[in-house]
Amino acid sequence: MEEQGNLLEIRDLAVEYHTDEATIYAVNHIGLTVKKGETIGLVGETGAGKTSIARSILGILPMPPAKIVSGEILYRGNELLRLPEREMRKIRGNKIAMIFQDPMTALNPIETVGFQIAETIRQHDSVSQVEANRRACDMLEMVGIAMGRFGDFPHQFSGGMKQRVVIAMALACNPELLLADEPTTALDVTIQAQVLEMMQSLRERLETSVMLITHDLGVVSEFCDSVAVVYAGEIVERGTVEDIFDRPGHPYTLGLFGSLPRLDATERRLKPIKGRMPDPTNVPEGCRFCDRCPRAEDRCSKSPPAESEIAPGHAVKCFFAPQR
Amino acid sequence: MGKFIAKRLFMLIPVVLGISFIVLLLLAITPGDPAKMMLGTQATPERIAALRDTLGLDDPILVRFVHFLGQIVQGDFGTSFMTKRPVFDEMITRMPYTLLLVSVSLGVSVVLGIPLGVYAATHHNTWKDNGAMFISLFFVSMPVFWFALLLVRFFGVELRWLPLSGIDTWQSWILPIVATSLGFVATIARQTRSNMLEVVRQDYIVTAKAKGLPERRVIYRHALKNALIPVIMVIGNMFGLLIGGALITEVIFGIPGLGQYTIAGLTGRDYPVIQGSVFILSVMFSLVILIVDVVFAIVDPRIRAQSGRNNSKKRKVGNQIEEDPQEIEA
Ligand SMILES: Nc1ncnc2c1ncn2[C@@H]1O[C@H](COP(=O)(O)OP(=O)(O)OP(=O)(O)O)[C@@H](O)[C@H]1O
Ligand SMILES: [Mg+2]
Repeated sequence: MEEQGNLLEIRDLAVEYHTDEATIYAVNHIGLTVKKGETIGLVGETGAGKTSIARSILGILPMPPAKIVSGEILYRGNELLRLPEREMRKIRGNKIAMIFQDPMTALNPIETVGFQIAETIRQHDSVSQVEANRRACDMLEMVGIAMGRFGDFPHQFSGGMKQRVVIAMALACNPELLLADEPTTALDVTIQAQVLEMMQSLRERLETSVMLITHDLGVVSEFCDSVAVVYAGEIVERGTVEDIFDRPGHPYTLGLFGSLPRLDATERRLKPIKGRMPDPTNVPEGCRFCDRCPRAEDRCSKSPPAESEIAPGHAVKCFFAPQR
Repeated sequence: MGKFIAKRLFMLIPVVLGISFIVLLLLAITPGDPAKMMLGTQATPERIAALRDTLGLDDPILVRFVHFLGQIVQGDFGTSFMTKRPVFDEMITRMPYTLLLVSVSLGVSVVLGIPLGVYAATHHNTWKDNGAMFISLFFVSMPVFWFALLLVRFFGVELRWLPLSGIDTWQSWILPIVATSLGFVATIARQTRSNMLEVVRQDYIVTAKAKGLPERRVIYRHALKNALIPVIMVIGNMFGLLIGGALITEVIFGIPGLGQYTIAGLTGRDYPVIQGSVFILSVMFSLVILIVDVVFAIVDPRIRAQSGRNNSKKRKVGNQIEEDPQEIEA
């Protein structure tokens, strides 16, 4: 059943990368929902599997080596993973769009930025070339780039402007869901704020749901309605921003936020936690956080804890989660 | 762009002069005496010395070089020692054969090589890819003369399908072109394939897919165009090899082109012929490299920016404000 107000629902998604040397268990049976108009933050260390989750939704995992071994992704009740390629293409860039981690390499170096934006528009809306170009110019203006730069090539733009172009391209067809994969990580701190604020105002104007992948807790507290904490390919905790910041239930979340997690924290970056994530090619039998967890007990290394809902909409994957 | 081309044309002069001088030098230090070859083994030393004197063979290298340059600026390449005919006229009549052989072979290599490379890349790691690459490795490694002889033997002698030698009909061109181009079909295919495999891993290809573009458009518009940039470079470099290959093919198939002329000149120590041919071939090669660079600049805006920076910048600033989006046609 499609729950009321859920735009996207991921169930039991598992992604593996099969390379010559090993199998990497990148995403391990995760579940996640995105409501209409909501901004959900995906936080986690590097290699946790955030990009893999976003790419699965859009069906643009590199296959091979990637393989989706189980799960369903429901978008407005449609199972995306079983959708024929033709239908999926109508969704990509149109209903669901993505902003990539690195703006420096996300644009085709030998096509003009205007062409690249207009191309998306022409792909999805049956408009003339002139009309598509006009809309591409509007999009450029919307992200704060003079339309006179329509015919410029990516190398003529700075990193921040490239990311604006990428955002213009992603929003060109008014998507319902925007997957923003660390949209500001590659940018200068001053540009970061600008780009995020711009995204925020566009989001409000266009009523787009956003999945915001980030390392930055400040960004999460400022822009997100709910949060999912990703650790070693699992979602170890999810809930509203208040749930996560004020009542964290998982030792990993606690660790991330340091000793005193607060919504108005001045500490913006994730706190490094001692130890490393388990080797994704050889995942432990029990809880994945076990090795680094200050509260670990015998049972933690024997079998993995199930996800339990400690409050409505606030779920934690830990034996020590306070029961409802 | 015009300035860029003019500059490059100007740079061509020292290159060609340098090559001509080196040829002269090499001819002077290699053994063998043209005068002796012209007069035969019976000739007396006096007659040989007299002929050497008339041919100017005993002059210092620099004098001969200046003399050569003086001739060239007048469009005169001297007279062949052997045939006594003007080298220039001879080259003009022979040039079309070589140009035809080289350009058709180049065309064939490009037209077959690029699709083959794309095909292999889009079927990466399947038996189709492996098969295509194995066969092309085979052709890349096979020397042109050997392959040409095999073709003559098989299609000319055994099957008698195609003429052995000479260029009386269009069929006579088939074997020479196949012999010259097949190795390059393979080279271009391999190069295209490896560039494609490199490009499809780039982020902007993922972006193109994420925009909802069909696979074909992603491959041909976004990936192939980028992958071809290094291939253009390879094609330019290939041209020199192609001329080398054509020299041999012309001799094997009896095509009266520049190659045959050059080789005849070399074996007969016919200095004017050698110098003239090498001069023409090096001009041809330099022009091709120039064309490649221009094509390069047209395809790749990053290079265009370097070669014609000033003009494009000025235009941009001027257009910034009053540009009407309706006018921006793709
Ligand atoms: N193409 C690939 N081939 C093999 N393994 C891959 C590939 N892409 C990702 N992985 C592996 O999958 C795991 C998850 O990677 P993913 O890129 O999803 O992480 P991430 O959370 O986005 O990290 P980051 O914060 O650095 O972007 C990692 O262990 C990574 O090494
Ligand atoms: Mg990532």
